[in-house]
Amino acid sequence: MAAIASGARAYVDHAASSPMSAAVMAVMAEAMALAGNPSALHASGRQARRMVEEARESLAADVGAHPSEVIFTSGGTEANNLALLGAAAPDQKVVISAIEHPSVADVRRVREQVAVAGVDAFGRLRSAEFADLVDGAALASVMWVNNETGVVQDVAAVAARAHAAGAIAHSDAVQALGHVPVDFAASGLDLLSLSAHKLGGPVGVGALIVRRGVALRASGFGGGQEAKLRSGTVPVALVAGFAAAARAAIARRESEAARLEALRRQVAALGGVIPGAIDNSAEAHSPAIINLTFAGIRADDVLLLLDAAGIDASTGSACTAGVHQPSEVLLAMGRSREDAGASLRFSFGATTTSADIDRLVAVLPHAVETARRAAAT
Amino acid sequence: MRILAAMSGGVDSAVAAARLVDAGHDVVGVHLALSRNPELFRSGSRGCCSIADANDARRAADVLGIPFYVWDFSERFAEDVVVDFVAEYAAGRTPNPCLRCNEKIKFAAVLERGVALGFDRVATGHYARLERSDGAVSLYRAAEPAKDQSYVLGVLTGEQLSRCEFPLGEVTAKAALRAEAAERGLLVADKPDSHDICFIPTGDTAGFLDDRLGQRTGDIVDVDGEVLGAHQGYHRYTVGQRHGLHLSVPASDGRPRYVVGLDPVANTVTVGPRQALAVRTISAIRPTWTEAPVHGSWRGLVQVRAHAEAVPADFTARADRLEIELEAPMFGVSPGQAAVHYDGERVVGAATIAATGA
Repeated sequence: MAAIASGARAYVDHAASSPMSAAVMAVMAEAMALAGNPSALHASGRQARRMVEEARESLAADVGAHPSEVIFTSGGTEANNLALLGAAAPDQKVVISAIEHPSVADVRRVREQVAVAGVDAFGRLRSAEFADLVDGAALASVMWVNNETGVVQDVAAVAARAHAAGAIAHSDAVQALGHVPVDFAASGLDLLSLSAHKLGGPVGVGALIVRRGVALRASGFGGGQEAKLRSGTVPVALVAGFAAAARAAIARRESEAARLEALRRQVAALGGVIPGAIDNSAEAHSPAIINLTFAGIRADDVLLLLDAAGIDASTGSACTAGVHQPSEVLLAMGRSREDAGASLRFSFGATTTSADIDRLVAVLPHAVETARRAAAT
Repeated sequence: MRILAAMSGGVDSAVAAARLVDAGHDVVGVHLALSRNPELFRSGSRGCCSIADANDARRAADVLGIPFYVWDFSERFAEDVVVDFVAEYAAGRTPNPCLRCNEKIKFAAVLERGVALGFDRVATGHYARLERSDGAVSLYRAAEPAKDQSYVLGVLTGEQLSRCEFPLGEVTAKAALRAEAAERGLLVADKPDSHDICFIPTGDTAGFLDDRLGQRTGDIVDVDGEVLGAHQGYHRYTVGQRHGLHLSVPASDGRPRYVVGLDPVANTVTVGPRQALAVRTISAIRPTWTEAPVHGSWRGLVQVRAHAEAVPADFTARADRLEIELEAPMFGVSPGQAAVHYDGERVVGAATIAATGA
C-alpha cells in the first residue's frame, strides 16, 4: 500500500487520542521556551509557577471546581490509580462497575476487597446491584462515559447513593470532558479523573479533581508537589496545553455535540445496511463514540482493511501482544465471546469532518463483507 | 501485487519483505502469534514466538515503512501442530513440526485468510526458489545448498505454491544477507538464527513430551528380544539414535548399538547394530504434489530428513501411497518424517514415511 500522508487519512480514533490544534501547540511552544522550575523561588521560577497556576484556575473554572481541588497528574491512568489507591485504606472495600478502564478495573490486583457491580445489555450500571454492594464500602468508582461504547452513567445518582452509604464517590471522566456537560461541584462527586489528550490536549498530562476535605493518600513520594499528592516537577507546557485544550473544547461543546451526533447517526445507520450489525449504543451516549458489532468477523481483519483504505479505527479494547482480545466491556454487557471479538469502535473529535464519515460509510460495508469471508476460511 | 509478508522477527523474513518493497509491491507485514502463552523474551537463540520476536518484526516493518499486524493463530497451531507432534511421538514416530506448520498454518490458514482479505501472495524468508511459467509454478532448491529449505516446503501443493513468494532463494551467503540487512538499517541484522522447535523454547523436547505423555519407563531390548536396560519413555528416542542409551551390557561384537525400532504397544526400545538400520525400501503415505501428480514409476532423488542428503531411488505411485526403492541402503530412516522427493533440483512432492524395509 502506498504511504498515505496523515492529513489524507480519515482518523476516527479520537477516543484513543485526539490531535492537538495549532492554537494549543502555540500555547505549549510559548511555555516550553520558558526557563525555570515552577517550585523555584526566583523570577524564572515565579514565571513558570504563574503559568501552572493560571492553567489550574482555567481548568478549575471549566469543570466546576475550585483551583485548589485540581491535582495535575501524568494522565488519566495516574489520576485513576491515585484515586483507587489513595481514597480508601488497603483493607477497606471498594466498589467499581464492570465496564471500567483497566486503570480502575485492575485495582483487583492490588486490593483484596473489590466488588464489581454489573451492567445491563446497554452498558448501564445496575443501580440496585450497585446500591447493595456499596453498603459497607469506603469508595465507589463508576466511569462517566465508557471509552468503548460511549454509554453515559448517571454519576450524580452514583455519588448520592455512595454518600448515603458513607462511601467516597469517584468517576473516571476521561471520555466525558469536552463531550458531555461536566460540572464537578454539581455532580456531587468527591474525585474526578481527567486527561488532556482525549480532548485535543497533549499526551502526558491529566488531573485528579479532589473535593476539599476529602482525605487522600499519595501513592508516590518525592518533593511534595501538587498538595503533597503527586510529587514530581509540574510540566509547565503540558498543563498549559491541557488548560488551553479544555477551554476550547468546553467552549464549543454544545455545537460540537450536535455536529458529532449527526455524524454519529450516519455511522449508526450502517446498522440497517450491513446484515448482522448490532449497534451497542445506549440512549444516553457520548456523541463522540459509537460501537458496532458485525457478527462473524474478526475485528482485526476489518481494521486491516480500513487501514489500507486510509481509515484509522480501533476496537477500543485491550491488546495483548498486538492482538485484540474480546472486549471485556461487551462481555460484561452479556455479549458472546465471538461478538465481543467482532466489534469496532469509531470515535470522533474536533477535526472529524463529514468527508471522514462519508469515507467510513462508503468503505465499511465492503470491508465487513470481505472480513466475513476471511473469517470463514 | 499486494503481498502479505510473514515476519518472524528474524533477519531472513525481514530482508525478504524489504526486497518485495524495493520491487514495488504493496507489502503488509504480519507476525504470527503461535504460542498460547508467549514468553516475554527469547531464551538464548531459540524460538520465534516470544513477544520480543513480535517486537523485532514490528520494528523491521517500521524501518520498511509498511503496515504491520499480529495475527493470533495460537489455537490453530495448538490443534494442528502441537497436538499432532505429541500424538506422533506417542505412536513411536518422529514428526517434523515445521513441515506440519507450513502445511497447516503458514501456507494454509494464513494464506487463505490473506487471500480472502485481498492479498495476491504470501511471502516468507524460506530459502527456496520458485519458477513460474504460463501460470504453472515449480519449486526448486535454493541457490546455496547449505541453506536450502525446500525440504520443509515439499508438502505444499501447486495451488499453495502459486500464491507464494520466496525472495531469498538466490541468496548464496548468509553473511551477505546480514550485511544487506545492516545496510537497510534493520536492527535484526545480527540476530542469531533459530534452530529449535519454536514451541519448546527451552530446547528440552524430551521434558516437553514427558509432561504430556508421562514418564513411562520400559525395556531396552536387542533385536532378539533380550532385555539390555531400561528406557525413560520410548518417546525420548529416535530411530538411528546412537547416544544416550546408557546400556551397561556391552554388545557381543563390541560394535556401537543404535535405536532400530520403537514399539509403543510393548513399550520397548529396540537396539541393534548399524546394519539393522539399513533401509532399502520405504512405504510412504499421504502423498502430496508440488505440480500435477505423477503416475506409474519413475526414477528420482529422495530426502528423508531436513538435513539429509538426497539419494537416488525408484518411485512407484500407488493409490494414496508412494513406494520408494533406494539405490543404496540408507541408515536411520524414521517413520513419521517426510520423504521429500526431487527431480534434480526440482521438488516433485512429499509423503509421510509409514514403514521401512531392508
